[in-house]
Formats: sequence, structure tokens, C-alpha cells
Amino acid sequence: MSLSKDQVQHIAMLARLELSEEEYAESVKKLSKIVDFVDHLSEADTEGVVPMAHPLDVAQRLRSDAVIEADERDRYQQNASSVSGGLYLVPKVIE
Amino acid sequence: MMDTHSKSMTELTAGLEKGEFTSVELTAGLLERVEAHDEKLNAFVTVTADAALDAARAADAARAAGNVGVLNGLPIVHKDIFCTRGVKTTCGSKMLDNFISPYDATVVERLAAAGAVVLGKANMDEFAMGSSNETSFYGPVSNPWNLECTPGGSSGGSAAAVAARLAPAATGTDTGGSIRQPAALTGTVGIKPTYGRVSRYGMIAFASSLDQAGVIARTAEDAARVLGVMAGFDERDSTSIDHPVPDYVAGIGESIKGLKVGIVRQHFDEGLDAACGERVKEAIAVIESLGAEAVEVDLPNIDYSVPTYYVVAPAECSSNLSRFDGVRFGHRAEDFEDLRDLYCRSRGEGFGDEVKRRIMTGTYVLSAGYYDAYYLKAQQVRHLIADDFKKAFADVDVIAGPTAPTPAFRLGEKVDDPITMYLNDIYTIGANLAGLPAMSVPCGFVDGLPVGLHLVGHHFEEQTLLRFAHQYQQVTDWHTACPEAFA
Amino acid sequence: MSAGWEVVIGLEIHTQLATRSKIFSGASTAYGAEPNTQACLVDLGYPGVLPVLNKEVVHMAAMFGLAVDATVAPRSVFARKNYFYPDLPKGYQISQYELPIVEYGELFITDEEGEEKRIGITRAHLEEDAGKSIHEGLDRSSGIDLNRAGTPLLEIVSEPDLRSAKEAVAYMRKIHSIVRYLGISDGNMQEGSFRCDANVSVRPSGQEELGTRAELKNLNSFRFVEKAINFEIERQIDLIEEGGKVVQETRLYDSDKDETRPMRSKEEANDYRYFPDPDLLPVEISAEYIETVRQQLPELPDAKRHRFIDEYELKPDDAAILTNSRAVADFYEATVAATDAKPQLVANWVVGDLSGALNRDGLDIAESKVSSDALAGMLTRVADNTISGKIAKQVFEAMWDGEGSADEIIEAKGLKQITDSSAIEAAVDKVIEANPGQVAEYKAGKDKLIGFFVGQVMKETRGQANPGQVNQILKQKLKP
Repeated sequence: MSLSKDQVQHIAMLARLELSEEEYAESVKKLSKIVDFVDHLSEADTEGVVPMAHPLDVAQRLRSDAVIEADERDRYQQNASSVSGGLYLVPKVIE
Repeated sequence: MMDTHSKSMTELTAGLEKGEFTSVELTAGLLERVEAHDEKLNAFVTVTADAALDAARAADAARAAGNVGVLNGLPIVHKDIFCTRGVKTTCGSKMLDNFISPYDATVVERLAAAGAVVLGKANMDEFAMGSSNETSFYGPVSNPWNLECTPGGSSGGSAAAVAARLAPAATGTDTGGSIRQPAALTGTVGIKPTYGRVSRYGMIAFASSLDQAGVIARTAEDAARVLGVMAGFDERDSTSIDHPVPDYVAGIGESIKGLKVGIVRQHFDEGLDAACGERVKEAIAVIESLGAEAVEVDLPNIDYSVPTYYVVAPAECSSNLSRFDGVRFGHRAEDFEDLRDLYCRSRGEGFGDEVKRRIMTGTYVLSAGYYDAYYLKAQQVRHLIADDFKKAFADVDVIAGPTAPTPAFRLGEKVDDPITMYLNDIYTIGANLAGLPAMSVPCGFVDGLPVGLHLVGHHFEEQTLLRFAHQYQQVTDWHTACPEAFA
Repeated sequence: MSAGWEVVIGLEIHTQLATRSKIFSGASTAYGAEPNTQACLVDLGYPGVLPVLNKEVVHMAAMFGLAVDATVAPRSVFARKNYFYPDLPKGYQISQYELPIVEYGELFITDEEGEEKRIGITRAHLEEDAGKSIHEGLDRSSGIDLNRAGTPLLEIVSEPDLRSAKEAVAYMRKIHSIVRYLGISDGNMQEGSFRCDANVSVRPSGQEELGTRAELKNLNSFRFVEKAINFEIERQIDLIEEGGKVVQETRLYDSDKDETRPMRSKEEANDYRYFPDPDLLPVEISAEYIETVRQQLPELPDAKRHRFIDEYELKPDDAAILTNSRAVADFYEATVAATDAKPQLVANWVVGDLSGALNRDGLDIAESKVSSDALAGMLTRVADNTISGKIAKQVFEAMWDGEGSADEIIEAKGLKQITDSSAIEAAVDKVIEANPGQVAEYKAGKDKLIGFFVGQVMKETRGQANPGQVNQILKQKLKP
């Protein structure tokens, strides 16, 4: 099943990926191939089969409610390109 | 006497114990080899020479003080997907080209605590997405057996480094075959343990329910040694299982007589290169000669494993990679007008084509209107596949077959068609979907290129796999073969 | 509201759970820290880090579920809600989608006719809070503070059973009271630990189909909830009556202008692509665990209110006020336990003078300048007639000002009630003698003048004569 350019644009927008025109063309082609390939799954008989989200059949472990992390802001912010007054900066967001 | 660079970790430990050489000498020697040979291979993104020598010195001192960890003084390489504190951790991506990790992954911590010496960070397919190490921002890796061929992926750098005798072992990760397939293509041993056996904390996530850390080495015994240090419960990883870790090395000597080996009917079909098939059949015959019994097993849904994987893995990665937005770390675009631009350009510039493709595939299969038909369906088929294995394992101890459908292919040969590339993992993916331990063991050559034997075990039966592999390696010498250019 | 219309309201309340550490990491949740000093690698969404669930969060959610008679799910699942926003570091929020931890609860409010009304609670689920964006003081940027990222939230979703703004507020107050009673949240709306969104739609009376709804956000006080909903109801009705259509959208309430307006930044509807979080396993809760939680549940507001009416024979209104807050209820009961005065008298004082003093000084009951023991001591003196109720007010003020215990103040100021009949008689005689005219009128039948006489006697005795005895003696002496 072929994907349309509109669909690919929508997907790229949801995923916040900027693509060039060539990349769009490539993506439409290759994604359509991939979707065709995975469409084979529809042939499998999965009536009444429980979806498997994890290979393990185990329950979530709980940790105790204790504060164990110290303030390491300065060290962590060395990886950030744009910081001011301890805040991470992004272009202004208007609500 | 064999050059130290070809020695196994077992042999190196004996040498260090006897004082035949120090860790500093060993490390310096390997660093020289890296310097001399890595240009041909491009297996390393970062070489941490100074830190390695410091660690080697510390290991020698610890040994002198009688404080000897299991990996004391032994050089290793970490796939660049493991966070290493103070050291660039790139995941093979431009997105993290400037990222200095502020913390160590659990795997890194454990190996360091055992005395290992880290030579550097290995090249890999970008964000672990690939089967040929051709998607890396840092360029492709070459196969030591034929520099015009790929070493496989995504742990291509790790496998190439070990095969070229630049290090005795390297860590890797395996989501659909990324340890085993490169091990097969480079004639090395690669093991992916049971899901939950090794902590994923600090291992940059690709597909969370499939990823596992493992090791690539030249012998099963070495793999056992390293795995024993890596494995075990970690409270920082909710998917880490609290299951006792056996002494894998102690257990590998036990006979495999009477154990049953399952041969999957569906594997030996036209998708498998005939000569590869022959090598694998010969290996199975050797195993039978050791007393194991070959039995046919049926995995009726196994043909769905690749399409299942290519729904589940992209879905999970599309979400896991959303954190790369240029705000707190990683590549940030320089030109942007608003927030949307910042995200789209940082991510558009930072990610390579394959990564973008998988993110988009994942976004698509999770999106409104498609979730049921794709993601939910894939998780149901996943359950069918896992049940198939469960049924088969009621009758056998191990399932054996080929690791990869062909030997190493030429660089650039499969990059144009994603499906052709994806089918490289046709034999390995099932184990990831079912969370089972699996490994690849060198079992011969086709036209001078290595072939791997694939072994899958019950949950938490890494010991059985290692035993089979070790016994096989006692009566064969494929694993001792060295690529000419790196002897 | 115009006749012929019915309003349908559902509330989504996000309450921050009062744990020490975050839901998935060991960073502190304390309010007011310097930006990003309480954001660890997990909260920052660094590569390679993983979430681990805080057990107290499960405990608190279970408590809430039991308190509203809901089902606490034996198995619940965390899901990722995927969208991009700067205060959401991972690019997804860990929440719960198909299998929440609590489902199918209810509580009761009193509607505008004074009738008890059941409001359904569809579900309550756990999720992590996002960080904060700061816009002021930054040129063309917004600054992101991730201290709040990862704070545990319980999102409580009501059935669309509410039919007016007043009902919505009553429901919201009930939930507020419950979470504070349980000690699972401090319910502080100014600090953002209790937030409310309202889904509002209208439909012609009698129509079964629901109208299109608007979601109102940024309602951070009971007053604003009521005003915002009322504005929105009018807006929607006006719009429809003029031939327009209500658009499904998110609207913010502007408290300065008392109006709702559409949120500007929300682009095309988000496709959240929910799927179970593979980094977390299903949360399993056993029946035994639920039983343990149930046994440890504190007495809840409604039960306490009914008990106060029964046990203390209080007026329903007083019982309601006293049980509004667990701290006040506890203070009240401690006072009752320590005094001989009747519970209703104690109630009158706690609801009246004590509350008045607290409000006047802007204090919480925990900061009361008169402790329950001190108040009990004073009320005992009222009960045993040492002082009259009126004098007690004086004593109370003095106690509030830190002048000592009731006994100390009564002693120091000589406020003991005069109960000596002869002394009162003397005062009564004096007053009768001084007011012959009124005496004559009274004897002639003007009964109301008794008040005047009582007042005069009180004046004469500086307010310290026992009013009951004064009344009695006056009546006796004034017998025609």
C-alpha cells in the first residue's frame, strides 16, 4: 500500500522531522515499501491472542519513597547549548 | 608463543598472573595496533588512550596488592551506545556528536569494577539501527576479513575490533540481531542474553522491549567471563530481573551429551545461501558427534518475525528518540525561527536517513487509525512467536541454525532497499521478540568469509548456550582463524 | 441561565501526590527550589536512563480509590502519551491509558435543592507532571525549569454528571477535602498541587445527545471554576441561539476579564499515539494489599460528619463545617475530649470565635494561638458557670493575645461570674429603685422591658452577674 506525500508530511510533522524535497520523495518510496512488507502481518490469525508488550511475565517492582538525587545542575547543563539563570532556553512559547 | 593480541582473555589472565606481561604493556600494545590498523577498519569513534593506560596502571597495582577482579587488566571496547562518564558517547550519530555523558552505564560500571581497561568506544550503526554499520555518522566499518565488505551491524565496530585482534572482547547490544549477526560475519562469538539478564541503565534505548546488552569475544569462555560480570539485577532498570547469575565459566566444561538440539524446519529454505547452509549443517553434525541429539522443531509463525519486528521496534524507537530535541543536550540547529523549527531542524539535521525512516515508520504504526492494524497486531503476532518457541523448548534444550542468510556482503550492496537489509536478521529476530538468550559461534568459511552457527536457549539458560559453544570450540578451530591483514 | 437548556459538566482534577520523591526518580518534589536543582537525569530525559516506580504513589492512589468506593485495579499499565513541548523532556508523558489504577468510583454532593446527588468518578490514573515554562524577563525566549517534571499526579476524571457550576464546585470541594483528609495531597491551588479542568457543553432540555464540549483550563481556585463555567455556559448558549456552533476546543479562563478564550498555541489536534510503556511493567495489586490499605484508611469526611451529628448531637451545618478539614475536626474532638462543656457549645466556639480569630489573622488551625487544651479549659469554666458566655469572649481574646490560660486570666482580671444570690439581689434592687417608670410599665404588662432590666443589672455588675440568675431574680422581684 502506497503512502501519499501528504501522509508522509503529516507523519514527519508529528515526529518533528524536517525533510528536504528529495528526502520526502525517498521517504514516500521507502516507507511505502516498508508498509507493504509489514502488511503481511494481517495474514496471521490472531483471534483471541493477548498482545505481548513485554517478553517478561513479571510485575513492576516498587522503590521506596526516598530522595536520593542531589543537585547536579551545573554539571548537567554543560551539555546544553542554551542556558540562562539555570533555565533551559527555547524560542518563546505563547500560550 | 602466540602474540598477546591473539590471546584469549583466559590466556591473557594467565599471562598477567604469571607476570609474563603487565596490563600496561598489554594495553599499550593494543593501542598501538589500534593506531596502526583502525584506519582500515574505522571500528573506533573514540580511542581513550590516556584513560586506558591509567586504568591499566591501576589494574597492575591492584593485582600487586592481591586485589584481582575477574577482568583485571584486560582491555575491552565499549560499543558507543553505552554511556561513559566524561567521555563522548555518540551512538554513531551526529545528534550526539557533542555529547559527553555525565554518568556511566551499569554495564560500564560493572566492567570497570572488575578491573577491565577501556580502550575506546566502538563505531556502530546510528542509534543501533542497521545490519551493516553503514548508517553511522562516522562512516562505515570494514570487515577485517575483506575490507570491502561490511562487518554486519549494528555492533559492527565491536565485532571488527575483536576480529582484528584490536581487543579481546567488546560490549555490544542486540535488538534484532545486532550482536549475533556481526559476530557471524566477522568469525567471532557473540552472545545476547535473556531479556532482563543485563541492565539497560545507561544503554541508549532503541527498542526498549527488545534491546539487550551482550558481549563479542573470540571464545565462548571469554564471552562467559565477561557476561558473568555484566549480568545481574540492577534496581535502576525496572525491566531488570532479579535472578541469580551462575558462574558461567565454571559451568562451560560440562558435557552436552544427551541434550537435545532443535533444528527449525523453516530455516533451511531458499532464503539461506546454500554454502552457508552447508557450514551450519556441518556444525550441527559436530554437535551431534559430541553426544547431543538433533530433533526437528517447528516454529510455524517464524516467517512473521521480521515484519513483527519492523512494527514493534520502530514504534518504540519513534518514542525513545523524541527526547533528542536540541534543548538539554545533543545537536541543536543554529537557524530557527520558532520552537517548531528548533525541533524539526535539530532533529532533521541530527538524525541520518535510516533513523528518520524508522522514526516515521514507528510514528505511522502508532498513529490514530493504524494502531490496531499494526502495533496491536504485531504484539499479538509476537505472542504467537513466543508461544512457538515455548512449545519447541518443551522438547529441546537448544535451537540451532544459521545466524545470517549470507556471509558478509559488500559495502553499499544492500543500502538501497530497506527490506533486503532487514532480511539479514531473519534468523536472529525471533529470539529478541521472545526475550530468549541466543548466541553466534564461528563455524566455517564461504569464499574466505566467516559463517556463524546460531544457538537459542531457554530463558536464563545462557549457561547451556555457552556450554554448547565451548564444547564445539574444543573440537573445532574456526574461532582461532585470524584475518590475514591483522595477524 | 436561559430556560430550555441543560448543562453537562465533567471535571478533570489533577492533584499532586505528596510524596518526598518523584514518581519515577529519586529527586525531591519540594516546592520552591532554584530552577533545575531538583531535576535528575531521569527527570531530564537523558539518553539511557530509566523510570522506576515509587511505591508510595501506588499506596496513595489505592487510598483514593477506596475513599471513593472505586475499584482499585489488580493490574494497571503505564502508557506513553507522545507529544512535543519544551516542558516535556522525553517528548512523551508517562501516564495511564487503557488500564488505569482506579475505576468506577462515586461520591455524593448536596445539590442546589439540598438533595444528595451522586456524582460518578470514571477513573483516576497516575502520571508524571511536566516542567514549567517561564516567559517573563526573557527576551525572545522561554526558560524551562524541570524541577516539577516527574512529580506524581493523580488525574481524577468525573462522569459528566454535573449540571451546574455550583455542583461542579461542590464536587471539586469534596475531592479537595478527601485528598487532604487522606494526606495524599496538600491541595494547594496557589502552588499548583490541585488543578482543575472543566469540560462544559450545553444541550436543549430533554435532548439525550450531548452537545459539543469545550475544555476549560487554568482554573486554579473554587471561585474561578464557578465563574469560568458560568461564563462558558452563557457563551455557548448565546452562540447557539445566534445560529452558531460550539467548537470543540481548549479555552483558557482569564480571571481579570472574567472570560474564556481559545488557547492560541494548540495547533492541529494532537495524535498522542498512546502505547504501553516498555520500560515499565504492569503494576499488580493484590487483594491483601488493598485490605491493608482499607484498614489503615482514616475516617473520611462524610463518615466523620455523620458521626459528629450522631455522637455529638451537632447541628448538620456545624458538623459539615467542622469536618471540612481533618485538622479542624481533630482539633474539635481534642477539645471535646478535654472539657466538660457540651459538644455543641464547643462547636459554637470552634465555628465561631476561633474560626473568626484564625481568619482575621490569616492563620491555619495548626497555627492557632489558642490550643485545643486551652480552649477546653476555658469552656469548662463556662460549663461550670465560673464565667458567662459573654465574659468568655473577653477571656478568649486575652488567651489569643498570649496572656495566659483561662484560669489565669479570669483570676487576673477578676472576671468570675457573680452567682451569689444576695449580691445579685442587691444589684437588682438598685436597678429597680433607679427605674421606677419602667418598673411601672413592666408591671402594667410591657414584658419586653425585661431585657432592659437585665441589661441594667449587667451594667451594674460589670457584666459578671450570671444572666440566668439575674433573669430569675428580676422576674421574681418585678412580680406585679
